[in-house]
Amino acid sequence: MSPRPGFVLEVDRSTPPTVFWHGEGFRFERLPEGSRVVYPPEPLDGLVDPEASIRHALEHPLGDSAPLSALLKPGMRLTIAFDDVSLPLPPMRRPDIRQRVIEAVLDKAAAAGVDDVVLIAALAIHRRMTDDELRHALGDRVFDAFAPHGLLQQHDAEDPGALVHLGLTDKGEDVEINRRAAESDLLVYVNINLSAMDGGHKSVATGLASYRSLRHHHNVKVLQHSRSLMDRHHSEMHSSNWRMGRLIKAAGVKIFQIETTLNLDMFPSQFNFLQKREWEWSLADRAGFHATRLSLDRTPPRLARQIFQSMLSPYAVTSVQAGEVEAVHDVTLENLHRQQLVYVEGQTDILTMGLPYLCPYNVNSIMNPILVACLGLGYFFNLYRGRPLVREGGVCIMSHPTPWAFNPVHHPSYIDFFEQVLAETTDLVEIEKRYEESFATDPWYIHLYRTSYAYHGVHPFYMWYWCAHALQHLGAVIIVGGDRAAVRRMGFKPASTLADALEMAEDVVGRNPTITHLHAPPLLVADVS
Amino acid sequence: MSVRLPRIVEDVVSRPTWPGTLPRPIERRNIGVDYDTAWTRAPWARAVRRVLVDNVTRPFVAAVAAPKVFGREHLDALDGPVIFAANHSSHLDTSIVVACLPERFRRRTVVAAAADYFFDRPWKAALWSLALGTIPMERTKVNRRSADLAAQLLTDRWNLVIFPEGGRSPDGWGQEFRGGAAYLAKRCDVPVVPVHLRGVRPVFPKGSSSLRRGKVEIRFGDPLWPGEATGHDGREEDARRFAARIEESVALLADEAESDWWSARRRAAAGETPAFRGPDASPWRRAWVLPASARRTRRSRSRTSAKPW
Repeated sequence: MSPRPGFVLEVDRSTPPTVFWHGEGFRFERLPEGSRVVYPPEPLDGLVDPEASIRHALEHPLGDSAPLSALLKPGMRLTIAFDDVSLPLPPMRRPDIRQRVIEAVLDKAAAAGVDDVVLIAALAIHRRMTDDELRHALGDRVFDAFAPHGLLQQHDAEDPGALVHLGLTDKGEDVEINRRAAESDLLVYVNINLSAMDGGHKSVATGLASYRSLRHHHNVKVLQHSRSLMDRHHSEMHSSNWRMGRLIKAAGVKIFQIETTLNLDMFPSQFNFLQKREWEWSLADRAGFHATRLSLDRTPPRLARQIFQSMLSPYAVTSVQAGEVEAVHDVTLENLHRQQLVYVEGQTDILTMGLPYLCPYNVNSIMNPILVACLGLGYFFNLYRGRPLVREGGVCIMSHPTPWAFNPVHHPSYIDFFEQVLAETTDLVEIEKRYEESFATDPWYIHLYRTSYAYHGVHPFYMWYWCAHALQHLGAVIIVGGDRAAVRRMGFKPASTLADALEMAEDVVGRNPTITHLHAPPLLVADVS
Repeated sequence: MSVRLPRIVEDVVSRPTWPGTLPRPIERRNIGVDYDTAWTRAPWARAVRRVLVDNVTRPFVAAVAAPKVFGREHLDALDGPVIFAANHSSHLDTSIVVACLPERFRRRTVVAAAADYFFDRPWKAALWSLALGTIPMERTKVNRRSADLAAQLLTDRWNLVIFPEGGRSPDGWGQEFRGGAAYLAKRCDVPVVPVHLRGVRPVFPKGSSSLRRGKVEIRFGDPLWPGEATGHDGREEDARRFAARIEESVALLADEAESDWWSARRRAAAGETPAFRGPDASPWRRAWVLPASARRTRRSRSRTSAKPW
């Protein structure tokens, strides 16, 4: 039976309770009659032979690119950049698709006699990857061949010697990227396109860029006009990246883009119930869900976090395309939408969502309150095309424990941002104007970013800005089951139960509101008419 | 006092309710007319069935019904697949027909059985299809799947036992023959052998839960070929007309069973064969004229009669 598309369920009296993610746990909520639930499509079938598909893509490139084997010459400088630990989510079971693609590229490079090859993790201002994470992403063969010789590098956005300024776009945006990548005869970028936001010119223009360059599209104004981040034609952030990408190309940087898409098979078999619709749960699904929920309620948060963070997804690869950046990305979007798009009629007064334990910036780490806000208002709110799921002035209700907890190694600047900046103000523009520069240039944060495993000092600001469009659009944000102090610190309203939250929301949107629940993850993009 | 299970146990044990706003998908379960009987025709299952029929069914039928077989010679000339169309008054009919078939037919025979009765539970479906080689037959409406399966089996040279009345007689009289046997015979161009069972109802009638020993007679008639007769208007006989001819043949065998071959033949030639379906009258009158061979009288209860009054 072919996978069923996503759809919108109208809740009635006989609709069973709906699963809400709640951090490292779940809530089982009965939504009011008349509410809508947007369900994601079922996972598409994966490619039968991913290796063959990769080889085919490399030799049959899209756009005006020559086949990869024709671009490889002895004596050339080849750089292979790849997406960092923030993708995919959750991390995929071995072999990671990056490993498969990079091995295929290296096979061709070896056959062509290319000696000068460097691999670069395109971190932008994310934390550096650990050796274990690199080994998982690239596989033992690649890691053992490159890492011992210093040929497996991680992009350093604060190393002046490792950056090169390529010029300004017609809008005056600095384009400063990794020197090795820019000065190579060929830059191969290996993407995992988990969502429509990833890939395209954003890969190089963001992944290999410096703060000087990033600040042009990671700012309040641009993000307020990115509607949405999943719709690149209406996203100012993507427009900025596209301008930069075209400038990079014009500067002579030859990029061979490889993009891959995955299906929505996100959770291992013990979490099968997350891939199914509640009324179709088998006895095993019901037993699995309730046993998991009850045991997680009694598990110390630290242990629960370890359990969830060790989860690996059985993703299947649904497409591989390679060649010229824009041509490749157009096909990638088609493949992504084939898997993720759900048509939704009309907006809603109240949007509810259950937030999981993971966002791109807390892999093997803690989901701190800023990341909770970023995941809900930056990512989930933006999972739309056309119009937001919730109307202007509507309410967003998110379910997450939102602990006042931070990983001091990964998120040192987040602690200060939360304790100092948000204690003063939550206003985006004021924060940007008063505090961003000092955090971005703080030598201690830079030191930790470059030598430890810390996110850049400015990263919490960007996460906060990520909420810009939602905060401008919404009338109120309510977090169910969260740490009340942490929720209030961010300017949101805490609620103990969903019923309480819905009652509070009525004060904002009026009586008898329309309610829509986003049943994600697995990921979906709502095409709202 | 009712005991209520803890909420969590209820949530796990009870199936989730289905949203009223969604159409329920049609579940194709392996049950009823959809039951897949292919496994019962595998060599191992046929071997098991052979052992069961030879060592359980036939001794059992001999013990309770002591069947006498007439007209077996009509089968001698038949080689290919055959449809055996019999009257039906008891659950024992199937076992008796199967037990009394010549071995060359018995080893390769399936029985059309009511999908809603013999295939309504997985265990019943498995038991009867293994023990007697039953296949599910929809009897309340025309079902393509039932017909296709039976036709495929006839094409594969399996013999078919079918009860064209579609169910057991409620009062001992015959019922109208439906067109299934005739349709299959025409579709697969195979002969229909009319079969009459006499005296089975007293042994195990419909609605009874107890067996009573009796003497059963089974008669095989002349094979009937589709298309060998023409309709009133001279056109080729259709399935409905062929079904009526099968019913007439069974009625002739019934008359023969109640009288003798020669008398029955003469009555048939004169168009005076007694009505197979009984008189068109009130239930008590139908019961009044029911042949003794189809009646089951209540046994006298010695303990009751011994009471002082």
